[in-house]
Formats: sequence, C-alpha cells, structure tokens
Amino acid sequence: MRPMTLAGILAGTTLLATGAAAQTEISLWYHGAGNEVESSIINQIIDDFNAGQGDWAVSIESFPQESYNDSVVAAALAGNLPCIIDVDGPVMPNWAWSGYMQPLGLDEAKVADFLPTTIGRWDGEIYSVGLWEAAVAMITRRSTMQKYGIRIPTLDAPWTQDELTTALTDLKASGDFEYPLDVGMAWTGEWYPYAFSPFLQSFGGDIVDRSTYQTAEGVLNGDAAIAFGEWWQSLFESDLTPGTSQDPADRDNGLIEGKYAIQWNGNWAGAAIVEAFGDDVLFLPAPDFGNGPVIGAGSWQFGISSTCEHPDGARAFIEHALQDQYLTAFSDGIGLIPSTASAAAASKLYNEDGLMSVFFDLSAEQALVRPVTPGYVVAAKVFEKALADIANGADVADALDAAADEINTDIARNGGYGH
Amino acid sequence: MASRLTRSTRAGWAFALPGFALITTFIILPFFFAFYLSLTNQRLISPNPTEFVGLDNYRNLLSLSVLTLEPERDESGAVLRDADGEILYPRVRTITRNPEFPQYRGMREWFRWQSGDTATVVVASDVVFWKALTNTLTFVLFIVPLQGGGALLLALLINQKLRGINVFRTIYFMPVVISIVVISLLWRFIYDGSDGLLNAILSALSFGLFEPVDWLGQPETALGSIIVMSAWQAVGFHMVIWLSGLQTISPTLYEVAAIEGASKWQTFRYVTWPGLRNTAILVLIVITMQAFALFAQIDVMTNGGPLDSTQTLVFQAVERGYGKQDISGGSTISVILFFMVLAISLTQRFLTRERT
Amino acid sequence: MALVSPQNSGLRLASRYAALALVAVVFAFPLVFMVVSSLKPDQQLLRDTSSLRAFLPVGDISLDNYLAAFDRAPIGRFMLNSVIVTVVTVTLSVIICSLAAFSFVYMNWTGRDAILSVVLATLIIPFETIAVPLLLMVSRLPWLGMEGIEWGWLNTYHVQIVPWIVDALTVFLFVQYFKDLPTELIEAARAEGASWFQIYRRVVMPLSGPVLATAIILKSLKMYNEQYLWPLIVVQDEAHRPIMVGLGYFFQLNVAWGELMAYLTLISVPVLVFYLVLQRAFIASIASTGVKG
Repeated sequence: MRPMTLAGILAGTTLLATGAAAQTEISLWYHGAGNEVESSIINQIIDDFNAGQGDWAVSIESFPQESYNDSVVAAALAGNLPCIIDVDGPVMPNWAWSGYMQPLGLDEAKVADFLPTTIGRWDGEIYSVGLWEAAVAMITRRSTMQKYGIRIPTLDAPWTQDELTTALTDLKASGDFEYPLDVGMAWTGEWYPYAFSPFLQSFGGDIVDRSTYQTAEGVLNGDAAIAFGEWWQSLFESDLTPGTSQDPADRDNGLIEGKYAIQWNGNWAGAAIVEAFGDDVLFLPAPDFGNGPVIGAGSWQFGISSTCEHPDGARAFIEHALQDQYLTAFSDGIGLIPSTASAAAASKLYNEDGLMSVFFDLSAEQALVRPVTPGYVVAAKVFEKALADIANGADVADALDAAADEINTDIARNGGYGH
Repeated sequence: MASRLTRSTRAGWAFALPGFALITTFIILPFFFAFYLSLTNQRLISPNPTEFVGLDNYRNLLSLSVLTLEPERDESGAVLRDADGEILYPRVRTITRNPEFPQYRGMREWFRWQSGDTATVVVASDVVFWKALTNTLTFVLFIVPLQGGGALLLALLINQKLRGINVFRTIYFMPVVISIVVISLLWRFIYDGSDGLLNAILSALSFGLFEPVDWLGQPETALGSIIVMSAWQAVGFHMVIWLSGLQTISPTLYEVAAIEGASKWQTFRYVTWPGLRNTAILVLIVITMQAFALFAQIDVMTNGGPLDSTQTLVFQAVERGYGKQDISGGSTISVILFFMVLAISLTQRFLTRERT
Repeated sequence: MALVSPQNSGLRLASRYAALALVAVVFAFPLVFMVVSSLKPDQQLLRDTSSLRAFLPVGDISLDNYLAAFDRAPIGRFMLNSVIVTVVTVTLSVIICSLAAFSFVYMNWTGRDAILSVVLATLIIPFETIAVPLLLMVSRLPWLGMEGIEWGWLNTYHVQIVPWIVDALTVFLFVQYFKDLPTELIEAARAEGASWFQIYRRVVMPLSGPVLATAIILKSLKMYNEQYLWPLIVVQDEAHRPIMVGLGYFFQLNVAWGELMAYLTLISVPVLVFYLVLQRAFIASIASTGVKG
C-alpha cells in the first residue's frame, strides 16, 4: 500500500484580496453526533470563526463517538480525510505515524499555560491540542463515608491498598449496597485501559516499557503487574464490584440509585452526580498501591490531516477554538476540565469554590498519559482483553504473559513503530 | 441441434452476465485480494512497506504442539498434591518461556487431559483462534437442529385451518423483521444477571426456587444464551420456508393416508417428510451458512468473552483486521473460514444428493 | 392446501388457541418490551426491567422520548436513505438474480455449471472479510454522474447499492424454485417459437409469486436492517447515512435509553408494515399457484 504522502503546503496567505466574497472551505470532523451539548458548542465556535474573518469557512460533519475512529481510518484508506480532525489523545501517535496527520505548526507560546497532558506530541512535534482534559476519581457521598467510618482521603494522603480493601469489605458486610464499588466493566472499549492502567501503574507496572517502547516484558507481566492482577481478580472474586456482564444502565445510574457506594468514574459523568447529590458529593483521589497514586489523562484533541490543502486555515481555526471562553463553555457544558487555569477560574464547576475543582488539582498532580506510541492502538485492545479475562477468573500470570507476548509481537511486526 | 445450443449459449450468457459480472467485481475479486493479503504482512495503514511472507500467517495461526507434564515430586519421589488433592504439575509457562525450548515460545495452553499421573497439554500459538473455531462449530452444531427443527414444528403448528391463524403467523415472524442488533440490545436487558427479565420470569414460574443466573457473564452459559437468542430471532423465517414446502404437498396424499387409517406420526413420516426433501436441503444449507457468519450478536453483547467462550471466527477476523489493524491476520482467518465452510457444504451436498 | 382438519369440540379448539397463544407470547415479548419502554422516562424504564411492569404501559407514559429522539438525530433523513437504498437494491436484485437463475436452470450453455458453482460458493464469504478490499476498490472506481465521470464512490447512494445487488442467496432461492416448476410449460413455449426473454417474462415470472415474495422480503430485511459496517466505512456525511449507523447517535456519553427504544421502534415499524402488506400478497399467490402434483 502506498504510504500517505504529505500534501504540499500552501505558501503564504489566500489570494482573495476582494474581501467579503469567497471564503475557502475547510472541513472539520467531530465526534459529537447525537450529543446535543457538545454539538451546540462546537457549532457556536465555528459560527464565530466564520463570521469573524473572511478567508476561511469551516464546515462540520458530525459522527457518533463510538464509530468515529473507524470512520476516520476508513476515510484515510480511501484518501478522503477532511482538513481538521478530532483525535483521541492516545491514538494520535498512531495516526501521526501512519501518515494521516501533519504537525500542527503551532507556536509553543500559545499553549504555554495549557495542562501538559492536553498537548499531543509525537516525534518532537506538536500534532494536536485539546480543549479539555478528562480525569477520573472515586465518587461517593460524604454521608456514606461518615456512616461507615471510612477516612476521607486527600491528595496528600490517599488511601492505601489495605485501607481500600477494609473500606470495601466493611461496605459489603453492611448489606446496604449491591456492590461496594463500581469500576465500570460495562463500558468496554477505551475505558478499560484509560481507567484501569492507572491502577497497574500505581502498583509499579505498565502497559509497555516507556524507556524504549519496544517491549512489554517485565512491565506487563513482572512481579508488580502480577500483584496488580491478583488484586484486580480479588475484587471480582469477593464480589466487591460488578463484573463484565454489568448492565450498562446500571453503570449510568447505579451510584445515584444507591446500588453502589463508590464509583470509579470520570468527570464527564460528574455533572449528573453533582445534581443528584448536591453538597454531599465527594470526588476522592485514586488510591496509592505502592508506587504513587495515578489517574489517566489525555482526551479529545484537534489536529490537521496530512491531506489538508489549507493547513493555514486549519491552524487559524484551531487557534481560535483554543480561546478561554470556549474552554469554559465546554467545561460548563459537559463537565470536563478546561485546559488552562484561567478558563478554569471562569468556569462553573472548576473555579475555586466549584464542586469539581479538586479535579483540576488531581489532573495536575496524579495524571499520567497512556503510553505515547503508535503501538498503543493494539496494546490497548490487548490490555483490555487481559483485564476482562482476569476479571472472569483466568490465571493471572498466564493472562499477563499472553498480553505481553502479543504486544511484543505486534511491535516487532511493525518494525518498532518508529521509535 | 447445434444451432439451438449455440443460440442458448449466447442467450444464456446474456441472462447470466449482469449478475455474474457484479458478483465477480464486488465479491470474488475482493476475496482474491483478501487471499493475497493473507500471504503478506499488510497492516491496515502503515509507513512500513508491505512484505510477502508466504504461509507465515497460517503457521502462526494454526501451530499446535503437545507437551507431556510429569507431576511434581518431592525428594522421596512421591507425587505432590495440592489442598484439594489434585496432582501438582509444573506451570506451562516454565516450559513455554524457557530459553531452552524456543520452539514453544509464545504458545499458550489450550486444553489438557490427565491419564494416570501424567498430564498431556495441547499448546497452541494462537489459542483465541482455536477457541473461536470450536465455538463457531459448536454454534453451528446446535443452531441447525434448534432453528431448523424448531421452525418445522412451528410450521406444522401454523399449518392449521383455524380462524385468525395468520395473526399468529405474523407474530411468530416478527422477530425476523427486526434487526439482529436491536434484538441483541433488547436481549441484553433480558439476560441481565441481577435484574433481568429472564431471571425474573423463571423465578416467578418456580415460586422463588430458581436462583438468578448471570447468563452472559459465565463462560458456561454465555454461548448457549446466544444460541437460544439467535434461534429465536430467525426461526420465524425458516418456518415460512417450511410452510411453503408443506403447502406443495398434495392434499390427495393426506386423504389417502386418512382413508388408510394412518396415525399422525405415520402420516408425517410417510407423507409429509418425503415431500419436504428439497425444502429441508434449502433450510439446512441456509442456516449453516448464516451460522458460520456469527458476528453481530457477539459484538453487541459479549465482545468474545467471558474467557473467550463466545469468540467466533468472523468476530476474530474483524477484531484483528480492523481493531488491531492487522489486515493480513484478519484475511488469513477469512480464508481459513472459507475453505472450512466450503468443505462442510460440499459434504452436506454429497450426503443429501439424490440417490437414484 | 394441505391442512389438519379442525376438531369441532370446543375444548380441543380452545387448547389449540392456547398453545398458539403461548408460543406467540414467547415471540412477542421482547418487542412489546421495546415499544412499551419507548413510552417511559429513562429512570422508570430501567427500574421496570426487573419485573413484569416492563411489558405494561403504566406509570409516566408519554411520547417525550420520540420528540427528543428526533431532536437528537435526523431520523427522517436516515430512514429516507435506508428506504431509497433498500428499494433500489431489491428491485435490481430481483430482476438480475432471477434472470441469472433462469439461465442456469432452463438454458443449456457452456460454462453454466461452473459459473453456477462459483456463484453459490460466494454464499460462504461473510461480508466482513471482504470489507476492506472492497473499500479500497470503490474509492477508486469511476461513476457516470450528472456532471460527467466522477472518481470514487464514497458518500453516495450507489456505493450502498451496487455491491449488494447480486447475492448468492437470492440466486439460490430462484434456482431452487425454478427447478420445481413444470418443464412442460417451457417446452411448449419453445415449440411455439417464443424467445427466451418472452418465456422468462410471460411464463416463468408470473408463476413465481411465492419465491418473489420470499426473495423480496429477505433482501429488504438485509438491506434495511443489516447495513452497518459497510455504510460506516464508505459514507462519511450525514446526508447519506442509513438508520443503523444512526444508532450510534444514542450511545454518546450517557445512553438515552428511552430515546433509544423510541428510535428502535421507529425504525422497526416500516418493516413490519411492509411485511404485513407483502404477506397478504404472499398468501394470495400461494393459493393461486395451487398444488404441484
């Protein structure tokens, strides 16, 4: 198959000196189809941009989030990519390496005060920037913690593994909940690596060795990882959390309805929970399993496709979208962390007194991006399967061995993925 | 004579050409391309050049080996047993990850059996593939009688001259009309382990004796649940096929049987069943073909789990080709599937051929 | 028509109806669940799934979910697209496949058996396995459109139609059916000097009511209900998207279960109506073709 060739870059500016008339059209693909809030905000950004200058007109095509990546890959195969694409943080290295994307060409100064995990870098260049960051926390009620005498952890003093186990066992023994904890096994797909690899990393393991990105041996199936696997399996064996057959509806509503005491969930679900629990809500930091507490990072970001004929216009749009007012708008709308502190201060949920302000600190302190490698696409699927198998009772060491082997084979088959 | 045949040849080709041309362009050619891909290391999209690797993909997929394990013994030579009294064997990973045995590197245990004190372990380089293969074959084996036989029973039930029988026929056909994706979503609610409808109904019917079962969450019940649901959805369609076959049987034959005092079973066996022969072949072949293509239900409900109990060949082909961007691996599975089904269908045709 | 003679005893009759009704419940309950759920707000919907209330339209019943679903996704557009694709494909399919089947069964020509075997062999190839090669192919094919030749078939109706026109199952259905028709009619027509096409049109097709109905129903179901992977990868604009791809709109960050049920009901209703209408024609044609001796 032909490698994708980089399109020639348009030199200089547009040739439309006559003003108002023809704006060059730039296409944008976004993953928000069916999500009314996101759609209305992005449409607003586009309208503002189109009205605010006469050179470029952005037109949007919306896709359902589930199948967005598949659509982009198919379009890339067929040579039909738009100019601006939305890309999920950890997937960006793969798309950059495969040749779908070109470097953003963005001035570093413009993103100097952005949360570092919102900037997508590969091979020394910036390829994508995000308008928000996502974080995960243990969500529960203050009243629950007080009722069962469980210490409320802080960023400086998170739960230890023992504390967590004791808390969960006590909650289970009380009989008041169907399950003390809900980690979210119903959300198959990218949630598994995003939400659960932090636990692995807190134990001291990782999905792939980040010093070379050439092997997973020893990190995914070493002692630390096996310790993680056994703890993970114990959660399901002791019925502390629902397993792989969890009803997705329960995942959405279980905490609010009182089926679960604690839920490991992201800030995009936070808004609904805040509405239900009010001041009683608590967003607790991740536990420390020995290697420091960790949460995931890296969410949707904008980038420019390699076949874009007007990267100048694309860049102009992206810079326009990075303004604080839009970061705040998205945050208020979907509950995610704005990329800059100034936008956070202006937002409803993340200002100093905001109910979710703790997430901003969580993200700054504990966030670790998923492995920055084109091999992540495969590694994520392999890891997801290993997690599911271990949860269902497979032998921990064998499952992790198999995962490590598969990741290594894949890296070898791809010539090391360009590292 | 010769001129009549020539005329037929031209007309024959004229009639068949549009269809044949379309099917060649859009099914046969891509399939040959997929076959070619299986002989390379093609990725979905990648800056690395594609290399021809011959049968490597097939070898990686199909390699099997057999290991014999001796039980662990203590110093005196007695066999060591664990807490349950089971014989302790060395872990397979001590052999497969042992640098002294490079030929077993990367293999995993598929299954084992014990004879006497020694355990024989079959290891495979791609256990998920073999599990997908056995699951697919199991699915086909069960769904053919369930769906085909069930449809026949329904057809016999429907084939009565009662008022309003068409209402019932429409109801039985309704699941066919609904997309399998929709059906899978609905049945996920029904099969739910903690508060699913099926558990609630069974519990009510047994006056509370029945313990709720996590139908899709246990390896033992997952595939069976999918089999039942798939049969439920499609049985209405085959019922209609059986019906049209039943209705081609001449009523005079039934009258003769009634005059001769044949019982219901005898009537079925000597009048009905022989007349259904062609229909039976059609139903058998169609169900088998569709069963091998099992994909949508797995994708929506179980993702191949739990513990690979619902892996199927097409699901694996899509997962590898598209999900893991290994289009050559996905194509390899497709080619193997094709030849397997070809062999089975040829066998079916042979077994059901007209015996003169 | 072959039939089991009815018993006049009331009890036997009642028990027959009871048996039929019991089986009907088994087949109808998930669909009743779907329709009833589409009328309930999300919270109630989910609570009701664990009891018999799932089948009863009780509680907070309204059409709100339907209104919200139309807001969330351009359902009318999706259904129009699906209907267009289905109608065109099925029409072309029935014509082309029956022509081909006719030639396989009634005409004698060189290569006939080999070609038929090859066509039937494609029955085995599941679509997912040729999806990617097919994608690469259609992105480079030419098409004669309104403005002349366009390259690449993506984002169109014809990309969703043309690859699906001929399928082995439809051909197989026609072949099996034609084999069962009495050959005397054909031979008589040939003796009178009729051309093959005249025989096809005036002798064979009028007798093909049952298989036409079956083929149309089966193909329509496939095109309307099962088109997911292909449109996903070849259609990237909303204007040409069919209904099954639209399903993803309801699975965003928080699944809107009630709206989802409303959407599922909306897309299933046309098919059901279509089947009911066609079914009458189906029954009528069975009755008219009579019995084969």
